[in-house]
Amino acid sequence: MTDRSRELRIGSLARVEGEGALQVTIQDGRVERAELQIYEPPRFFEAFLRGRQHTEVADITSRICGICPVAYQTSAWLAIEDACGIQVGAGITALRRLLYCGEWISSHALHIYLLHIPDFLGYPDAITLSRDHRAVVERGLRLKKSGNAILEMVGGRAIHPVNPRVGGFHRAPTKSELAVLAEQLRHALDDALATVEFVGTLDFPGVDLEVELLAVHHPDHYAIESGRVRSSGGLDFSAAEFPDHVVEHQVSHSTALHATLDGGRYLTGPLARYSLNSAQLSPLARQAAAAAGLGPVCRNPFRSIVVRAVEVVYAIDEALRLIADYVRPDVAAEPVLPRAGVGHGVSEAPRGLLYHRYELDAEGLILSATIVPPTSQNQAAIEGDLLAVVEANRDLDDAALAHVCERTIRNYDPCISCATHFLDLTVHRL
Amino acid sequence: MIGTPTLAVWKFASCDGCQLTLLDCEDELLTLAGQVHIAHFLEASSAVLPGPYDVSLVEGSITTPGDVDRIRQVRASSKVLVTIGACATSGGIQALRNFADVQEFTSVVYASPPYIESLATSTPISAHVPVDFELRGCPIDKHQLLEVISAFLVGRKPDIPDTSVCTECKRRGLTCVTVASNTPCLGPVTHAGCGALCPAVGRGCYGCFGPMTGANVPAMIGRLHECGMTEGAIDKVLATFNVAAPGFRLPLVQR
Ligand code: SF4
Ligand code: SF4
Repeated sequence: MTDRSRELRIGSLARVEGEGALQVTIQDGRVERAELQIYEPPRFFEAFLRGRQHTEVADITSRICGICPVAYQTSAWLAIEDACGIQVGAGITALRRLLYCGEWISSHALHIYLLHIPDFLGYPDAITLSRDHRAVVERGLRLKKSGNAILEMVGGRAIHPVNPRVGGFHRAPTKSELAVLAEQLRHALDDALATVEFVGTLDFPGVDLEVELLAVHHPDHYAIESGRVRSSGGLDFSAAEFPDHVVEHQVSHSTALHATLDGGRYLTGPLARYSLNSAQLSPLARQAAAAAGLGPVCRNPFRSIVVRAVEVVYAIDEALRLIADYVRPDVAAEPVLPRAGVGHGVSEAPRGLLYHRYELDAEGLILSATIVPPTSQNQAAIEGDLLAVVEANRDLDDAALAHVCERTIRNYDPCISCATHFLDLTVHRL
Repeated sequence: MIGTPTLAVWKFASCDGCQLTLLDCEDELLTLAGQVHIAHFLEASSAVLPGPYDVSLVEGSITTPGDVDRIRQVRASSKVLVTIGACATSGGIQALRNFADVQEFTSVVYASPPYIESLATSTPISAHVPVDFELRGCPIDKHQLLEVISAFLVGRKPDIPDTSVCTECKRRGLTCVTVASNTPCLGPVTHAGCGALCPAVGRGCYGCFGPMTGANVPAMIGRLHECGMTEGAIDKVLATFNVAAPGFRLPLVQR
């Protein structure tokens, strides 16, 4: 279809977390703009965190997102412990990593099976898919449940865990409590390997993203709960230097702020993590990745579903290792006495790098808070990808074009609740 | 599928955690989907059926002028409307703006506040339209959610106890953290439903299910003082996930 002056509005984008719209303008047959408009209402966390006690922050920030609350807790307590000059011991760090593995498994399984696979197989949702492929959907639900089992055992609740606190945990689980989890996780590992195999056979358009990739890197293992920040362009900096490189600015079409890395577009999330750190995956996860056709670097956003599946294998493998090596820490939490100062924290939310910064007064009250979620960092890169996708498909009719755009967006698993949240598409053909 | 009841899920200002609770019913989801037609649930499906809907679940609070119109449409197209979670039931944590200057809040987060369309308040769904049932929690509990859905599907009243967290704590045989170690706990005034998760890890309840009916908050405040909490800390613990709930709200609590 080559009609140059049409306008169309497509209903709300589904199977993403939150509310947004997509506005595409085609002028004289040329694609002028592709804007991801996030209209999730602002909830003002950074404003009302001021004046709260340093011990309350992780419980509060978890309410930014129900899908990745552990990420919001982790970056928060890292930043606060940094401000208070505390480093928790290895036992607590391991338990935090185990908790975070639970969130990766459950969030990735949710995205792969309930939000993303239906796109590839041509179904509107997983429930309709389950009428023809019940075993597939059941496998996804089992996987998700195994992640939630970790969150419930270690965190005390799957959504907004109650057990973690700044300095550690209210109660550290016993070795035998965790052993019960291991049994369920060994079965989940089979499901996870089957998932990589399954998604590896899907049809992927051959596109590669040029943007810079940014992820947390840890010298000892595939980065999840802490580390420095690295980019594909060779940047390597600490959490404290994050604001020197990443600058947020407001755009008129979105309630989410846009971020740039040294002035340019960049991408964070599974593709970035995998491309920067794939050598650190466990042997099993690396084997699965290779068998599914992934090289050491992956820049094809459609293959993000394979990368997520590989990360699920890794997270389960890693959770099993952490459980096997677990020694119950003598103290469940280190005391975190307040002092005046500024602290920074970065961790890898399932959707990408999540940065927090807090300034505390001597009593531990928050003077200022900055939270940079993955989706606002990725917004510009997603728009860049959309622009190219619309350009390549501009002759499609509106419904088909909308479908391609929605798929493009879902590749990134944007969490619009985090970025402040959903989508409807308007195409102006002028 | 004539005669299959329809279920719709709606989102306003929220974190998605309460609707995720429905997807977290891993063992029951496909069974439920065999008994109801999920007709509108954008987080989970791009297939959207027009109303009217037999049961609507509403997550999130009303924070923009557009929300006010949208919730009226949702009400008009729903036979039964159930709010899920603290945001929809009491305005959620974002209702902290109700006690502050929202213009100033906007300027803290955004360089150009005028682009941002936001009401000065975050209000519960019941402030705008009649609500048939309010399910508490931040987030809600999945067993309670399944009970509410099943009850409305067969047209009975949901069996959700209107008691305090203390009753659940005692039923689990947990040691009271206040009695044993003088840890402040909001269990005596907080609506039951979570199964006493916090005392189970040795932590005091922080009130995420909101006030129970007839909560004696002044007596609770006295007890919290005895546990060593300062005035300011007590104010804050009441002013979090259910800050605007009647019971935890100004001016009942003197801040
Ligand atoms: S009540 Fe809590 S869990 Fe539910 S949507 Fe609101 S913030 Fe999220
Ligand atoms: S620990 Fe809290 S909830 Fe449990 S009995 Fe004591 S006061 Fe009540």
